[in-house]
Amino acid sequence: MRIVAERDRCIGAGNCVMTAPEVFDQGEDGLVAPLVDEADPVAPASVDAARRAVARCPATALRTLEV
Amino acid sequence: MAEVSEIPLHMRRAQFDPIEELAQVRDSAGIAAVVTPFGVPAHLVSRYDDVREVLSDSARFSTADRRALTPPDAAGLTEEQYARARVGNLLSYDPPDHTRLRRMLTPEFTVRRMRALEPRIVEIVESALDDVERAGKPADLVSTFALPVPSLVICELLGVPYADRAAFQRRTVDQLDASHPPERRLALQQASREYMATLVARARRDPGEDILGMLVREHGDDVSAEELVGIASLLLLAGHETTANMLGLGTLALLRHPDQLAMVRDDPARVEPAVEELLRWLSIVHSGIPRTATTEVTIAGNTIAAGEHIVLALPGANRDPALVDDPDRLDITREPTGHVAFGHGLHHCLGAPLARLELRIAYPALLRRFPGLALAVPYEQIAFRPYSVIHGLQALPITW
Repeated sequence: MRIVAERDRCIGAGNCVMTAPEVFDQGEDGLVAPLVDEADPVAPASVDAARRAVARCPATALRTLEV
Repeated sequence: MAEVSEIPLHMRRAQFDPIEELAQVRDSAGIAAVVTPFGVPAHLVSRYDDVREVLSDSARFSTADRRALTPPDAAGLTEEQYARARVGNLLSYDPPDHTRLRRMLTPEFTVRRMRALEPRIVEIVESALDDVERAGKPADLVSTFALPVPSLVICELLGVPYADRAAFQRRTVDQLDASHPPERRLALQQASREYMATLVARARRDPGEDILGMLVREHGDDVSAEELVGIASLLLLAGHETTANMLGLGTLALLRHPDQLAMVRDDPARVEPAVEELLRWLSIVHSGIPRTATTEVTIAGNTIAAGEHIVLALPGANRDPALVDDPDRLDITREPTGHVAFGHGLHHCLGAPLARLELRIAYPALLRRFPGLALAVPYEQIAFRPYSVIHGLQALPITW
């Protein structure tokens, strides 16, 4: 599974950083800054937390890609 | 003074719980007709999925429509007067204006910034507990702990003199009290803005190392003084009143569930899920800001015409069996849920990371300081706030 983050949609609520800190961070501007490159798969141990973070993003700024 | 029966369905509680009628609406039609505390007729949306859908779609559900917050019988006050009181209040903006204002603030509330604040918040909490202990028992936990802690935190962050707290705390409580007529609440809102305008003017002359100073330094040319006043007024109000009510009500909830209280006190790993469960179960913000349909929409099979108003029953959503099993039970051992206590969508609480941090520090610190914490009066005598837009307690008499 890979993660796509749309910074344009992000509102900086920080839910993803709290839910999956090994996958998401925030930039100085407060907007999402994924720690895993869009082209790379999320580590298996972090997949569940990453999925929860995506589902709970209040701004629907996160997506998963199942490849 | 309004009668309790005039309080709209989504604001009515049986102590902690939403009233039974809300669950009936959720389980039957899904929506109900209500009149908001501003006297505006609206559709109440009650199910988790529907609430999330409305909150996440700002194109179809606007928060910028002035009519949603203007009483039909406005006691001689105009729509403009109500609108002016909301300039800079982020909740009343749709994109792209909302985005422009919110982006100025997002750097201030990152998870990393919050981590840096932690030692200071611990200090504030411990010092408040020292004061409670020194003053002796019995004590009112609301006025000695629940309210002072978040008030001091937001004062320092924002750049508001803590010495002014008695006045702004009073105004906040009155402003959110739906038993006052709308024109009185408007007047209080204006008084809050006038107070904040003096702080904004001071920050413009001499910007400090706080959010007001940052806004003036970094965005002084992009935002009007009126917008600054609105932004700061919202941060001050939302920064102290919500967390204060979570602390008071949450402590009472734990006192009523002693086995869960013991877990929060004794096991640090329980604290974070406990805070999330208390947020869900208490849902202290009954509904957030009303929305207006920008086009004809269908919710739970009901057609809502463009221009009609919608309010969300956040406790309805957070107590929906579609979200969690046995939703009316407080259970801090649950896996954290996707609750909507902080809202959802673009207007999701900006200060959520700060609120969570304060709650995670304050609950266990209180319970450890007073291992024998108990109510100083029978539970039946505890006074809730039936008319407030944010659910809470008038006082929480405790002993230890």
